Amino acid sequence: MKKILGKIYIALVLMFLYIPIFVMIVFSFNTTKSRTVMSGFTFDWYIKLFNNELIMSSLRNTIIIAVIASVLATVLGTFAAVGISRMKKIPRMIITNITTIPMINPDIITGVSLMLLFVFFAARMNFEFGFVTLVIAHITFDVPYVIMNVLPKLNQMDPNLHEAALDLGCSPMMAFRKVVLPEIMPGVLSGFLMSVTFSLDDFVVSYFTSGATSQTLPITIYSMTRRKVSPEINALSTIIFIVVVIVLVVKNIITTRNLKLTSEGERND
Amino acid sequence: MKGISSKAAAAPYLIWMAVFIVVPLIMVAYFAFTDESGAFTLDNLANVAQYSNIFIRSIWLAAISTVICLVIAYPLSYMLSGMKAHTQSTMLMIVMLPMWMNFLLRTYAWMAILGNNGLLNTLLGFFGLGPYKLLNTQGAVVLGMVYNYIPFMILPIYSVMVKIDKSVIEAARDLGCNSVNVLFRVILPLSFPGVASGITMVFVPAISTFIISRMLGGGGNLLVGDLIEMQFLGNSYNPNLGAAISFVLMVILLLIMTIMNQFGEDDTENDRVLM
Amino acid sequence: MTDKFKKAFSLMTVFMLMLTGCAASEDTAALEEEEEEIQTLTVADEEYYKQLQGQNITLNVYNWGEYIAMGEDEGTLNVNEEFYNLTGIKVNYSTYATNEELYAKLKGGGASYDIIIPSDYMISRMISEDMLCELDFENIPNFSYIMDNFRAPEYDTENKYSVPYLWGTVGIIYDSTMIDIPAEDIGWDILWNEDYADQILMFDNPRDAFAIAELRLGYSLNTCDEKQLKDAAELLKEQKSVVQAYVMDEIFDKMGAGDALIAPYYAGDALTIMEDNDALNFVVPDSGTNLFVDAVCIPSCVKNKLAAEMYINFLCEPDIAYANTWYVGYSTPNSRAYEKLDEDIINDGISYPDDNYLSENCETYSNLTEEANRTMQDLWTDMKSTDKTTPNKWIVPLFMALCIAASIAILIARHIKRKKDIF
Repeated sequence: MKKILGKIYIALVLMFLYIPIFVMIVFSFNTTKSRTVMSGFTFDWYIKLFNNELIMSSLRNTIIIAVIASVLATVLGTFAAVGISRMKKIPRMIITNITTIPMINPDIITGVSLMLLFVFFAARMNFEFGFVTLVIAHITFDVPYVIMNVLPKLNQMDPNLHEAALDLGCSPMMAFRKVVLPEIMPGVLSGFLMSVTFSLDDFVVSYFTSGATSQTLPITIYSMTRRKVSPEINALSTIIFIVVVIVLVVKNIITTRNLKLTSEGERND
Repeated sequence: MKGISSKAAAAPYLIWMAVFIVVPLIMVAYFAFTDESGAFTLDNLANVAQYSNIFIRSIWLAAISTVICLVIAYPLSYMLSGMKAHTQSTMLMIVMLPMWMNFLLRTYAWMAILGNNGLLNTLLGFFGLGPYKLLNTQGAVVLGMVYNYIPFMILPIYSVMVKIDKSVIEAARDLGCNSVNVLFRVILPLSFPGVASGITMVFVPAISTFIISRMLGGGGNLLVGDLIEMQFLGNSYNPNLGAAISFVLMVILLLIMTIMNQFGEDDTENDRVLM
Repeated sequence: MTDKFKKAFSLMTVFMLMLTGCAASEDTAALEEEEEEIQTLTVADEEYYKQLQGQNITLNVYNWGEYIAMGEDEGTLNVNEEFYNLTGIKVNYSTYATNEELYAKLKGGGASYDIIIPSDYMISRMISEDMLCELDFENIPNFSYIMDNFRAPEYDTENKYSVPYLWGTVGIIYDSTMIDIPAEDIGWDILWNEDYADQILMFDNPRDAFAIAELRLGYSLNTCDEKQLKDAAELLKEQKSVVQAYVMDEIFDKMGAGDALIAPYYAGDALTIMEDNDALNFVVPDSGTNLFVDAVCIPSCVKNKLAAEMYINFLCEPDIAYANTWYVGYSTPNSRAYEKLDEDIINDGISYPDDNYLSENCETYSNLTEEANRTMQDLWTDMKSTDKTTPNKWIVPLFMALCIAASIAILIARHIKRKKDIF
């Protein structure tokens, strides 16, 4: 009895989570623009979507910005984590606390504060809002996630390893590459992936720091929802949903396979 | 020598942090305390008081949403943590999947469902009910917040629950606790760090949203986020006032978070990030 | 477990299909027939447009939403695309919803647009704040097509900064099947009518919203008097309880889908919405309304002035101006485009009211004093933020009490836990 109730409960929560998505998917195939009445089945909105230059170019911008920002954030963050982990307790505490600010601060304040900064510089250095400001903003909210993912891995590492490598004649850079990096790689990777996710999905910070050029997809979606709405938006949701499902399923398969492999490996030992 | 060189690895980041995290926040404070000409003034902050009802409404709606999230998420996380390892990871993925879709799209979907001629009212119409006014109400705003932010409540609670040593629960049972006692005296206290971080992770975005209130609240239910957005990119341009409102919001959140951190500090600092 | 979900989802699907099956029959009338529209583009001076070819220039155009021909219908022109084909200049097009938003975006700095299309009062405000760039009319020969009465307008008396794009009036769109009032009796007070509570949409920008209140009060639309502005704000506050939502272009969706019954909006957009929903009607109240002109300008920060002027000139090409007015539904100030219009459109009484009416019943906006602008903005924010439904006396104490209770509970819990740790 208890079990059944539990299952019903989970089913209800999942329904709540999935109904809106389901509705969008269904209506992305609707022949008319109505959001309540299905009048027939069509792929027209998908075709229109792929011919929509605005959406396609903002999709391109989003991907480019996300990749560049995440790569830079990962490099910056990994080195930062290495440096921070070597610091004494008090400076380390101060820096990690400041680092968490963009994570816990509301997005709107991060966005507004960066906007004020960029306006200040734009007026004095004669540059425009656009690609550069977006990348800077994205790096700023990405780095903390990298640092927070890498730091624990560094703390788990035996500090003697690094010193041993140095004693054995490695240059600091080489010691980092050969000894430290392999150890912290899982943290670096998950930091990178999180950065990509947050960058792809970010609307609020981008909204305040974007200019006339380099609109990202979320900004385009926002302006779409404020106008005469075209079911292209439903088609777009459906595609994003399918991509997300595929990515997550693949990721899940890979991790479970890895788990199996490692457990088998252990058994063989 | 070694120490210095590896510490130096953090130098580029420290500069970045100073320029793009610390300085912008100082600029918010600077704008909050100056007028258009740059002279010091307290007028902006005084003017914020005028909008105290917006702050109250935001806190109120965000608090309701947080509580609803907690009420829904807690049992769910508990059930999830009790499942077999394999089902657990699949289920977790299913629960988290909607979060990966852009939240503007998800919120927009609710507009189609809740409208006066929307799906829900059409459906109710078949049973001779309604139409009810669902969209453009505070209820719709709360619904949007719960829908968008509930994963932020499920994740931390779940990740704490999974770590609870099952033998502790068994020990409590063996020592004569009934299941209610186990829940209140063992599981609940042990899961507090997760609850605390879940609360902040839902409350902070909920109080500062401007999309949900605009799309589902009909523009008549302004929240703090709307107010800030209006001053910078919206219908009443006044960055100094906007900065002052942001400043006040930050102070309020800082207070709330210090309180929350008191409760959740234990060992979750890294988990919160990792999940 | 998964079976359960499959069931749940299939149930949903069935439900959805049921729904659609039942409702589909009602909606077949939506397929309207329309005369086929075929638009072609011929420009007088092709050489002029070739000047900047091959220089890889991009123009940033910032326009109202739904305010340019996008070539969505077969056989119609896509203005930005045609411009690119002709000149080799790319157009980076983005949109805003209100004049105030545009102002904020420009005033905030950083964003550099080459072309903007503000309304009359915003143009004079921008001129007075030195935000616009003087146009070189040598480069805009097509200005000659602009009708005389749109030249040297009040908002730009010397006609140095702007070229009229489209114009229109504000009126009321309403669902004539649900509202039993004859069109000629509909006045602005219907937007306050409690019988239609929660079925009314309202402008989400201060200037247009205040104008409607001022029309009701019989004040000038350009009043700078603080008391009159406050009266108008009071009236808007009163209206709040019957308003469903404050919207701009969301109106297309909401009125088109029948989510609301009454809304004030711009005539051109009203015509577009009426195409989607036959039940709708549009009326301009006899008591008067606002006549607005939106004009193309170049912000002062512009880099590619010649390219921008070329774009302005292109918008004045008769074929392009016609395509725009045809698609957008607003009225055109371009004499040659006007000549191309269908008789029906000219005579429908909505797009081109007769001159008498325009001069007697319509008032244009002019720029308010800086003080009045500030007052209006403050009153607007104040109006939007008040809310009778939030009982605010006990919420804060309750919230605080909740916080304290939660803290105590957590403290106790930790105490228990600590005890456990000791053992």
